Amino acid sequence: MTVTINHFLVVSFLLFAIGFFGVLVRRNFLTVLMSVELMLNAVNLNLIAFSRRLSDLTGQVFSVFVITIAAGEAAIGLALTISLFRQRKTLNVEEADVLKG
Amino acid sequence: MGSNLLLTGGAGGLFVALALLALGCAVAVVVAKNPVHSALFLLASFLWVACIFILQQAEFVGAVQILVYAGGIMVLFLFVIMLVHQRTVRGLVTFQNQWDFALLFLPVFLAPFLYVLGTEKLPEVASNPDALRMVDGRIVGNTKAVSWLLYRDYLLPFEVASIFLLVAMIGAVVLGKRSLEKMD
Repeated sequence: MTVTINHFLVVSFLLFAIGFFGVLVRRNFLTVLMSVELMLNAVNLNLIAFSRRLSDLTGQVFSVFVITIAAGEAAIGLALTISLFRQRKTLNVEEADVLKG
Repeated sequence: MGSNLLLTGGAGGLFVALALLALGCAVAVVVAKNPVHSALFLLASFLWVACIFILQQAEFVGAVQILVYAGGIMVLFLFVIMLVHQRTVRGLVTFQNQWDFALLFLPVFLAPFLYVLGTEKLPEVASNPDALRMVDGRIVGNTKAVSWLLYRDYLLPFEVASIFLLVAMIGAVVLGKRSLEKMD
């Protein structure tokens, strides 16, 4: 069996869809953050696959940047999680519906 | 020889196995009730995807993926889970009431995806199999090639990324500190 670019597109689409589904459906703020990480990883998969097919390293460089952004996003998101938990004693995203700090 | 081997034969089955494992772990992340289980399945999913990266001649990105996600982000997640875990998780309903919303988005995403997949002519075989590990016509390895491109052509984005990380660090410290003061 030959692995074509379509296989990668389908896998990355499914990974992104699973992550998006998790963001929409989960109640726990931590799991929502993890689902966002899944979505970023799906994007990376596409970048790597196209980088190989186009014989261009730029895709790999950009996936390094995406991983950097994911790290920063996780740090801020987890700090927000702790902040939310200290103020509301909950991680339920449905209860965190007030903009006031 | 290596690039041909990776595109055909055994590598196809390997790719399917790795992709199925990654997708299965991703599903487990979303449906697991306990956030610790979610975090561990997320780690497994990242490791399988890193294996796919390495299969695609992206050895450096695969290594970075393992180091940053397994070494950094996952530890951060597990620490935060342990900080907040005990009292909140029990009795919390796993899913919120947005299934209709999620199902509504399915055709919105699926239709353009299938359209592109069906009509677009996508590149299939790599024109130059060694391009991912070459610098100035010499074969030097993937890590060296990536670093050449990163420090020569993408130096400014690289510095911007480091400033972004600094801002994220300051933001995380500020967010964590303010709520501590309120507790006193």
